[in-house]
Amino acid sequence: MSSPAPKSPEQSEKSKKYDRQLRLWGDHGQKVLENAKICLINATALGTEILKSLALPGIGSFTIVDGEKITDEDIGTNFFIESDSIGASRAQVTTQNLLELNPDVRGDYIDETVDHVLAHSQDFFDTFSVVIATSLPEKVLMPLSRHLWEKNVPLIVCRSVGFLGYIRCQIKEHTIIEAHPDNENADLRLDNPWPALQEHLEKFDIPKLDNKERSHVPAVIILYYYLNQFKAEHGHLPKTRAEKEEIKRKIIESPHPDEHGIKHLEENFKEAIRYINTCVNPVKIPSNVQAILNDDSCINLHQTSSSFWVLCAALKEFVESENSLPLKGSLPDMAADTNSYVALQQLYQKQAQNQSEIIYRRALEIARTLGLSQESITETEAKLFCKYASQLNVIRGSCIADEYQKTGLDFTSYLEDPDSLLFHYITLRGLERFISEFNSYPGQLDDHVEPDLLKLKSIIGKLLAEWGCSQIIRDERVHEVCRYGGAELHSISAILGGCAAQEAIKLITSQYKPLNNTFIYDGITSTSASFTL
Amino acid sequence: MTEAQEPSQKRWAHLRKILERPGPFCHPEFEPSPEIMDFIVTSCKILVVGAGGLGCELLKDLALMGFKQIHVIDMDTIDLSNLNRQFLFRQKDIGQSKAKVAAEFINRRIPGCQVTPHFCKIQDYDEGFYRSFHIIVCGLDSIVARRWINGMIMSLLCYEDGVLDNSTIIPLVDGGTEGFKGNARVIVPGNSACVECTLDLYPPQVTYPLCTIANTPRLPEHCIEYVKVVMWPKENPFNAALDGDDTQHVGWIYEKSLERAAQFNITGVTYRLVQGVVKNIIPAVASTNAVIAGVCATEVFKIATSCCLPLNNYMVFNDVDGIYTYTYTAERKDNCVVCSQVPQTLLIPDATKMKLKDLIQTLCEDETYQMKNPGLTTTVGGKNKTLYISTIKSIEERTRDNLNKSLVELGLKDGSEIMVADATTPMTLVFCLKFQSSDVEMN
Repeated sequence: MSSPAPKSPEQSEKSKKYDRQLRLWGDHGQKVLENAKICLINATALGTEILKSLALPGIGSFTIVDGEKITDEDIGTNFFIESDSIGASRAQVTTQNLLELNPDVRGDYIDETVDHVLAHSQDFFDTFSVVIATSLPEKVLMPLSRHLWEKNVPLIVCRSVGFLGYIRCQIKEHTIIEAHPDNENADLRLDNPWPALQEHLEKFDIPKLDNKERSHVPAVIILYYYLNQFKAEHGHLPKTRAEKEEIKRKIIESPHPDEHGIKHLEENFKEAIRYINTCVNPVKIPSNVQAILNDDSCINLHQTSSSFWVLCAALKEFVESENSLPLKGSLPDMAADTNSYVALQQLYQKQAQNQSEIIYRRALEIARTLGLSQESITETEAKLFCKYASQLNVIRGSCIADEYQKTGLDFTSYLEDPDSLLFHYITLRGLERFISEFNSYPGQLDDHVEPDLLKLKSIIGKLLAEWGCSQIIRDERVHEVCRYGGAELHSISAILGGCAAQEAIKLITSQYKPLNNTFIYDGITSTSASFTL
Repeated sequence: MTEAQEPSQKRWAHLRKILERPGPFCHPEFEPSPEIMDFIVTSCKILVVGAGGLGCELLKDLALMGFKQIHVIDMDTIDLSNLNRQFLFRQKDIGQSKAKVAAEFINRRIPGCQVTPHFCKIQDYDEGFYRSFHIIVCGLDSIVARRWINGMIMSLLCYEDGVLDNSTIIPLVDGGTEGFKGNARVIVPGNSACVECTLDLYPPQVTYPLCTIANTPRLPEHCIEYVKVVMWPKENPFNAALDGDDTQHVGWIYEKSLERAAQFNITGVTYRLVQGVVKNIIPAVASTNAVIAGVCATEVFKIATSCCLPLNNYMVFNDVDGIYTYTYTAERKDNCVVCSQVPQTLLIPDATKMKLKDLIQTLCEDETYQMKNPGLTTTVGGKNKTLYISTIKSIEERTRDNLNKSLVELGLKDGSEIMVADATTPMTLVFCLKFQSSDVEMN
């Protein structure tokens, strides 16, 4: 038997190369990534580890700002520096070696310190998708953070010292349509079916089905039948556990007994029972979505509103008239014969498509009224927006400079918890203050560990007093940081580098939820914690 | 590497601070000294199993944590789809041995580092090879290979009068990733939970029942699976076994899956999905591999230097929503098939009814065993008897009839011992059969 010549679609080299990640953020996520411009301040081991995990998946371009010359220690920690380059520009050497990772990525460098760049051309940073900084002194962090906050450019600040790591994301506003949660409930609308679905569901009279028909009917239809029966008897849908149990019993009792009088519950009927708990909740607008619809950015649109907020405004009108979110449109797999399943699936898909078209058209009208370009909203985006309407997310972060100038940080609740890693944040803030005051790491020289310990303790004491905190940090914690003497361990930087790079990818693609806003890693215990500061 | 090329000691100044200064959170028995760094640099011998996403990262991390005596073993060659994360490989390296290219890159970049590649299967080496390492670190995507390495390390343990000889312990650090999720663990053989103790952590692979894919397909995956498992063997379009890397093969599956889906009004068959189902592709990104390898390398460093207590003993990572980690102690299983000293028994409810194939099915499907292709032998009347071995064609043919015989028919008795060999372990496992009397069964 001859087989026809395969006419499979030609896959581009790029889609083959990026296949494993395209399965996570899709071709549309990849496209955004390939247009992104990243700035890295200070090509330390941590800095180049971050860029490595951005260059490999194919960011558009990067620029390294670093005025340092390569030292022996750089060679011992930084993979993107060759051993014969001592004394050369760290920005230049790391740029070359990072570019070699992926020919799709462009890169350049500025062999100047960040202070210099900031002082001479502050707007240099404004065009980047994300700015990432490592080992940044406090005196530079403050103006940089303030500037990028005003320009709405995301900033990720990282530090790796000894076994400790710190990542801080500064994002003014970040909106997410595709959060990709690990678990999500099916959107079945059995409590309030639209007419076409209702008509279809009511065609089935479960007790009248013979055994063969029973085995073919999808769980959704079974569940609807018993919900309706319950509603007819009680005048409302089941709410309590006991009421749901009642439906469950009815389903268990439903099979026709075999010749021995035993009832065997079919797989699809078991599935119907599983759906009772997750899917019989009266349609509500989740509070996170309601908050977004009531947000000032949704109510007061203006000419610089993003497509996200225009779509939210259209969604708000939809929700006000329908009292529900647009239908997700996907039907989970369930035991059934092909025709029954596909017929049901098409009903869900069609309704979702109709609703997303309504929202899309309305969003276009709103955009036109505002004088926004019609191309700013695409049908694809509107479809995704409707599909994931229940998971919409808006993150509003805080400015690092504000955090550093704040008095009255309340850590009481954290510090009373012996497992809280917040004390690392405090010692790291102390470390930064130490560096600003003494221009070196505590314990940088062997014979300075003891005297620096006293200095660092006093700095931390002052910081806590500034914040109005009565807690104290245990001496051992301070000692441990002094013992590091500013040492950067490559493996710790590798961990943080992976984490920080992924946060940058989340910010660029607007997919998955980014850190808000502080991450601490403790390599001694291999534990971590996140805080919103 | 000549001494002239050896850069100055200053290169390791950062590591020296950690190893030459006392600290409040160090391992209780840690004594800071320059000798520790010397041990790392000159004699500590590490085996990295796998030179893929985790393996590349591990080699870099270990080399920059000062380790020089590193071996890496991987039977795979480089593919285009590796390049988004396996950063030691370039376009020009496609088709070459992963282990060799990775080793050359590291040795070139980091002076003095001596990575030795092994372009072969882990099963090609015996105890003598594995025993020569101080620490073994795994970056594998295969559960079977991970179990085999675990079994190998457990088989190296020596007990004298029931007391474990600590000098026979080789710590195992193991990492795994899938998309944005990962895990890292430390196994101290004979002391902490081993891979087999926690087999239930690995979810069974998604499989679709044959009746669904044949009679009531609903998803595009059902159509693809049907073409793969039913139509391919029947039509044998290229007179060859299905090769997921052959574009003609995948193209054929794609075409036929589209046809089948159209026939059933099923939408959503794409080339990418077909590839995913045929090759069982697991999504992967550079960042997760970097994180998990970093955690594993840190643990190797802790174990080698005793500078801190190692991870006790399992960490999970997930950065889908923020950055989340969770660290806990996986418990040892008292009667673990591999790491406990407890003799294994198999309960046989009814030896007259239970056929050999049922016993094999139990070994494959039971959560505690999850074997792949167990080969069974026993001794009857003092003589060795092969019950069934599927992996050797001539023996398979000779023993095939035994599959449908009951255990009693095969001469097995209550208390008989059966020896089981399987791809998941380098050891032969001994099980003692325990027949339950039919009276007990009736109750």
